[in-house]
Amino acid sequence: MTVTLSAPPAPGRFQNFWRSRPVAKLRRNKLAVIGLLITLLFFLTAVFAPLIAKPAGNCLRDLNMVSPNQVYNPLGAPFWKAIFVPPQSCYQTQRDSFSPIPVPPNPQAYFGTSNGYDIFYGLVWGTRTMLKLGLVIVGITLLTGMIIGSISGYYGGWLDNIIQRFIDILFSFPGIILNVVLITILGRSIGTIILAFTVTGWAGYARLIRGEVLRTRKLEYVDGARSLGANDLRMISKHVIPNSITPLLTTAILDLGTIPLSIAALSFLGIGLPDGYTDWGQIMNYARSWLDGPYWYVTVFPAAFIILFSLGWNLFGDAVRDAFDPRTR
Amino acid sequence: MLTFTLRRLIQIPIVMLVLSIMIVGLTQLLTPEARASGYIRSEQQAAQIDKIIRDHGFDKPFPVQYGRWLSSTFQGDLGFSKTSSQPVLDTIRQRLPATLELAILAAIPIILIGIWFGTLSALHKDKLLDQIMRVFTVLGYSLPTFVLGILMLKVFYGTLGWAPGPGQLDTINQFTVLDPAFKRYTGMLTIDGLLNGKPAITLDVLRHLVLPVLTLTIVSSAGIIKIMRAQMLEALSSDYVRTARSKGLPESRVTGKHARRNALLPVVTLSGFTLINLLGGSIITETIFAYPGVGQWAAGAAGNFDVPAVLGFALLTAIIVVLISTVTDLLYGVVDPRVRFD
Repeated sequence: MTVTLSAPPAPGRFQNFWRSRPVAKLRRNKLAVIGLLITLLFFLTAVFAPLIAKPAGNCLRDLNMVSPNQVYNPLGAPFWKAIFVPPQSCYQTQRDSFSPIPVPPNPQAYFGTSNGYDIFYGLVWGTRTMLKLGLVIVGITLLTGMIIGSISGYYGGWLDNIIQRFIDILFSFPGIILNVVLITILGRSIGTIILAFTVTGWAGYARLIRGEVLRTRKLEYVDGARSLGANDLRMISKHVIPNSITPLLTTAILDLGTIPLSIAALSFLGIGLPDGYTDWGQIMNYARSWLDGPYWYVTVFPAAFIILFSLGWNLFGDAVRDAFDPRTR
Repeated sequence: MLTFTLRRLIQIPIVMLVLSIMIVGLTQLLTPEARASGYIRSEQQAAQIDKIIRDHGFDKPFPVQYGRWLSSTFQGDLGFSKTSSQPVLDTIRQRLPATLELAILAAIPIILIGIWFGTLSALHKDKLLDQIMRVFTVLGYSLPTFVLGILMLKVFYGTLGWAPGPGQLDTINQFTVLDPAFKRYTGMLTIDGLLNGKPAITLDVLRHLVLPVLTLTIVSSAGIIKIMRAQMLEALSSDYVRTARSKGLPESRVTGKHARRNALLPVVTLSGFTLINLLGGSIITETIFAYPGVGQWAAGAAGNFDVPAVLGFALLTAIIVVLISTVTDLLYGVVDPRVRFD
C-alpha cells in the first residue's frame, strides 16, 4: 500500500495577509477591534443612509416614490437609486418646520429638531456626505502627493530642493487658514471644499513618498531593474511605489478620520458646505442658540455622534500606525 | 551660534515672500470686477467699477499687482474690512491683544500639563496611572474643539450655571471698558484692568476665560503628553541614565535631571507648534465662545466675502508663524548644541 503525502496547500494571498505580523498584532489589540467596529458602523450608516433615515419631501419626489416605505423594497428601482445615486435633494436636511424652536425627540424625528431641521436625518445623511468627501479628498491628495513626491525623490537635485522647501513652508502654516482663504474667495460649495483640502493635504503624502523613494531607489533590485533597461515611469510605478504603500495607506486611514472633522469644523463656522446641506458641523452650530433651557437633545445627539466617530477612527488608526511602524516591533 | 542665528534670520524674508505670494496669488482666482467690489461702499462707486479696476491695477499682470500690494502693505494699508467697518490694520491692532491673551493663557496649562502627565505616564509605564493617562490622551485628541467647547458651555453654563456664558465680559463691565476713562495700555484686558485700578475687570475676563482655556487644555495637551511619554521612555533606557543610576544617584535626581532634561528637547519645538495651532485654531475657539479676537472677526469675514479682512488675517498668521518658528529654532540651538552644526 502506498501512502501519498500531499503537501499542505499554499496559503492564499488573504491568508498571508491575515497571518502577517502587523495584522496579527492588530487583531490582538482589543481597542483597535472596537475602533474598527465603530468605523464599520459609520461606513454602513453612510452606505445605507436612505434606509436608516427615510427619504421625504423633495427627495421622495426625485426618487419617483409615493410612500417613504417603498425604499425598503429591493426589487424596486428607488431602492437601488437611493443607495447608489441619490438625487441632490436627498442631501438637503429635512426641514420639519420653519420655527427655530427645537422639538423634542418624537416618532417623526427620532433625535428631535433643531432650528426646524431634523437632527437624525442630518446626522445620518451627514455621515454619508462626510465619508464621501473624505474618500474623494484622500484619493485626490494621495494621487497628487504620490506624483509630486515621486518626482521630487526620484529626480532629486534643484527640483527636489524647491519642492521640499515649499512643503516646509506649507507645513508651517496652519491648514485651516489656507482653507478659509480659499473658501472666502471661491465661495461655499462642495467643489471648493475638495479643492481647499487638496491644496493643504497633498504635501504630507509627497513627503512620505519622497522619503520612501530615496530609501528604495538605492536598493539592489532597483539597480537590477534599471540594468535590465526599465524606464523611469516603470521604475517608479512598478518598483518604488509598491514598496512604499504601507506608510501611505496608514496615513490615508488616519486622514479619512480627520478630514470629515475638519470639514465639520468649517461648516460649524458657517463657511463649509452650503446652508441646509446634510453635515455634522451645521447641526452642531444650531446648538449654540439653545444652550440654556430644556433642549439637551440639540447638543447631545450631534456631539455624541461626532465624538463616537472620531474616537473609533483614532483607536483604529493609531493601532494601524503602531502595528505597521517597523520601529515598534 | 552666530552663523546659525544669522542663517536662520536670513530665512525670514524668504519665507514671508513665498507665503505672501501664495496668499495674494490666491486672489487671482477672482475676476478683476470681484476684487474691485471690495472697494465699493456706495452706489456711485459701483457705477465707476472700471475706474476702480484701472486705479488699483486689477487688470495688470500678477507680478505688477503683487508689487503694488507689497508697497501698500509696507505703508500700512491692508485694505478695508466691511465686517468690522474699519481698515484691516486698525481691526487687527484692536483685536490681536485679546487673541494673544487667550493663546498665552491656554499655552501655559497645555505645556505644563503635557510635560507633567507625560513624565508621570512614562515613569509608571504599563501601570494603572499610565493606562488612565493613555485613555485621557486618546479622548483628548478625539474631541474636536468645536464639539467639546459647545458641550462645556452646555454643561457648565447652560445646565449647572457655574460658568459665565459666551463673551469676554459681563454686560455691565463692557460699559466700563468702553468708557474713554479706561485706558488701553496693552489691549489685554486682564493687564489693563489692573493698570486702571479696576481688578473687577481682570477677574471678570479671567472668569470668562476659564471654559475656553479648559477646552483647549483638554484638546491640545494630549499631543504633548504623548511625545513627552515617548521621549522620556527613550531617555530612561539610555546609557547615560544607566550610568547615573550605577553611580548611586538617587532616583529622583536620575529621572528629574538626567532623563527629563533630555526628554524636554523636542517639547521646545512642540510648544512652538502648540502656540501656532492655538492661533490658527483661534478662528474656531473664538467663534464658539464669542470672544472678541482676530479669529472671531476672520470667521465672520470669511462668510461675508470680506477678502481684505481674510487676507489680512492670513498675513498676520504668516508673520506670527514665522516669528514663532524662528524663536523655537533659535531656542533649540541654545539647548541642543548639535543643532548648530547641522
